[in-house]
Amino acid sequence: MLVEAVKLALQAIRRNALRSFLTVLGIIIGVGAVIGMVTIGNGTTARITADLAKLGTNLLFVLPGQVGPGRASSDAKPFNNRDIEVMRAQLTGVQAVAPVAQKSVPVIYGTENRNTVVTGTDSGYFVVQNWALARGRGFHEGEERAGRAACIVGQTVRETLFGRTDPIGETIRVHNVSCEVIGLLEAKGQSSFGTDLDDTVLMPLRAFQRRIAGNMDIARVYVSARNGVDTAKVQTGIERLLRERRNITPGKEDDFSVRDMKQVVQATAGATAVLTGLLGAVAAVSLLVGGIGIMNIMLVSVTERTREIGIRLAIGALEEQVLMQFLVEAVVLSLFGGILGIALGLGLAIVTTAALNVPFLVDPFIILVAFGFSAVVGILFGYIPAHRAAHLDPIQALRHE
Amino acid sequence: MPRAGGPPLIEFKGVSKVFGSGPAAVPALNAVDLSIDRGEFVAIMGPSGSGKSTAMNILGCLDAPTSGTYRFMGVDVGRLNRHQRTLLRRRYLGFVFQGFNLLARTSAVENVELPLVYRGTPTTARRRLAREVLARVGLEGREDHTPGELSGGQQQRVAIARAIVTDPAVLLADEPTGNLDSRMSLEIMNLLGRLNREQGITVVMVTHEPDMAAHARRIIRFVDGRIDSDASSERAA
Ligand SMILES: Nc1ncnc2c1ncn2[C@@H]1O[C@H](COP(=O)(O)OP(=O)(O)O)[C@@H](O)[C@H]1O
Ligand SMILES: [Mg+2]
Repeated sequence: MLVEAVKLALQAIRRNALRSFLTVLGIIIGVGAVIGMVTIGNGTTARITADLAKLGTNLLFVLPGQVGPGRASSDAKPFNNRDIEVMRAQLTGVQAVAPVAQKSVPVIYGTENRNTVVTGTDSGYFVVQNWALARGRGFHEGEERAGRAACIVGQTVRETLFGRTDPIGETIRVHNVSCEVIGLLEAKGQSSFGTDLDDTVLMPLRAFQRRIAGNMDIARVYVSARNGVDTAKVQTGIERLLRERRNITPGKEDDFSVRDMKQVVQATAGATAVLTGLLGAVAAVSLLVGGIGIMNIMLVSVTERTREIGIRLAIGALEEQVLMQFLVEAVVLSLFGGILGIALGLGLAIVTTAALNVPFLVDPFIILVAFGFSAVVGILFGYIPAHRAAHLDPIQALRHE
Repeated sequence: MPRAGGPPLIEFKGVSKVFGSGPAAVPALNAVDLSIDRGEFVAIMGPSGSGKSTAMNILGCLDAPTSGTYRFMGVDVGRLNRHQRTLLRRRYLGFVFQGFNLLARTSAVENVELPLVYRGTPTTARRRLAREVLARVGLEGREDHTPGELSGGQQQRVAIARAIVTDPAVLLADEPTGNLDSRMSLEIMNLLGRLNREQGITVVMVTHEPDMAAHARRIIRFVDGRIDSDASSERAA
């Protein structure tokens, strides 16, 4: 009987193909939105989690000034080399400290030329960034102290400047400074914000300060906590130390900020969750509208087919059999919408995840849920029309034109 | 046909039917007494509005009398609920309507199968039975035609096939030839007569036309919701 009902439903839907499609458009959009958003959200979360692992969950950023709404940070003075030395000497629970000074300058090798961000730093950088060398070596202490220009390049810089040539031992010009390439970084790919992490040149801090920046400023400091040490404790340590170094009297606000990378990433993930929730609400409204659409069209269908229903009742169809037939038709209709919606959502997710460069992860559970929801919408909104069909008076129904 | 004894197949006792209520009430049947036995071929005649269809609907358990009792095989139909009446209809009654009432865009064999679908007969058995019955009403080779591709007479034969595929005790036909020309009408009457004679199906038929009524062995005449006359003719016997 159920098989018969499904066959009949498919027949009825096929006979009014366009109308059926328009009817389930609400369901298609609702389910499509849910599937699309959840799939994109999953990809984004996976990406953030992967980035978090890449960065290490123990990383702290120290920036001059206060970052946040309504706060001017331009007047805050940058850090200096002595700050780094003191931090290394006095902070506890710290794995590594890395100064970062940066400038975007042209980098030239032979006839090839590329604008790249050059970072002045020291060996601590490889530790805090959890970044290994693919080839060559890191900075010698001598190079760091003497301010000799030695460069370590990222994979993107290697590709564009050197092509197939081995960069190690070659000399490049960085902002008019001749510089020997001593190392090649491992490929890191893109950051969460879409910037190419491999488009970089590293140089000993002192060389950078003297020969490229022309000042002794350090724009920011990365600090990584030792394994098992709470980043909050390290953060407090940094704050206490820097307040002292920068002569901030008690009661006055910090003129620098320390940010925990874990919190930054979690905040981003939180924003994604809020967005997903919002779209879930939109989807729920869509499903409701879709359900009402189905109810409307089923009522029309029952009226149109009054005579047919009369025939069925007269020749021995039980009320529950007619009820079942129309209920199945509503469910088939909404499942049909659900399937199209799932296809639409996945299609949307494929395109979007590709554009956002996040993984495309299908959650079978959510697809099952979407399927279930479509069926429930069909049952809920198909019941009233089906009930009306089942309770028609066969005599009246047969007389209906 | 030998009497099986026991109660008559169909028995009206003081059956009245009033449509509406108060000043708008329309009396359609007025204290009708009637009994029909197994194997009879009855024609119901009478002017338009005399209550023929109302009587047929009550006979067919599609409607209930306002007062009086209707017994089918001794069972008081007035005491049955809608579900039980449907089950009774399913088991014992077949309907043929003036307007054929076939499902459009549905093949002859599928139309005939329909009552079996609701009885849960398996697909293959159903298909075989439907083809058999279609052959019996002379529609061999037309099984896959839709109503639109069949003549009026052929459509009515499909409808008769659908009514008898369940092997009912009674065939109820309300003006079965009302939409047909005289040649097709004759075919239908011959078919009903044959079903009555050869399969022992009790046939109750409403008709306006004396020519058609003449095929029956008993003619009941309604006037104003009452039985005006009830006469047996031995012509068809
Ligand atoms: N559903 C109904 N509601 C109101 N009046 C009805 C209804 N059905 C039949 N009638 C009335 O009952 C009377 C008998 O009708 P009917 O049995 O259809 O007559 P016939 O079939 O003999 O032409 C008529 O006056 C008709 O108008
Ligand atoms: Mg009538």
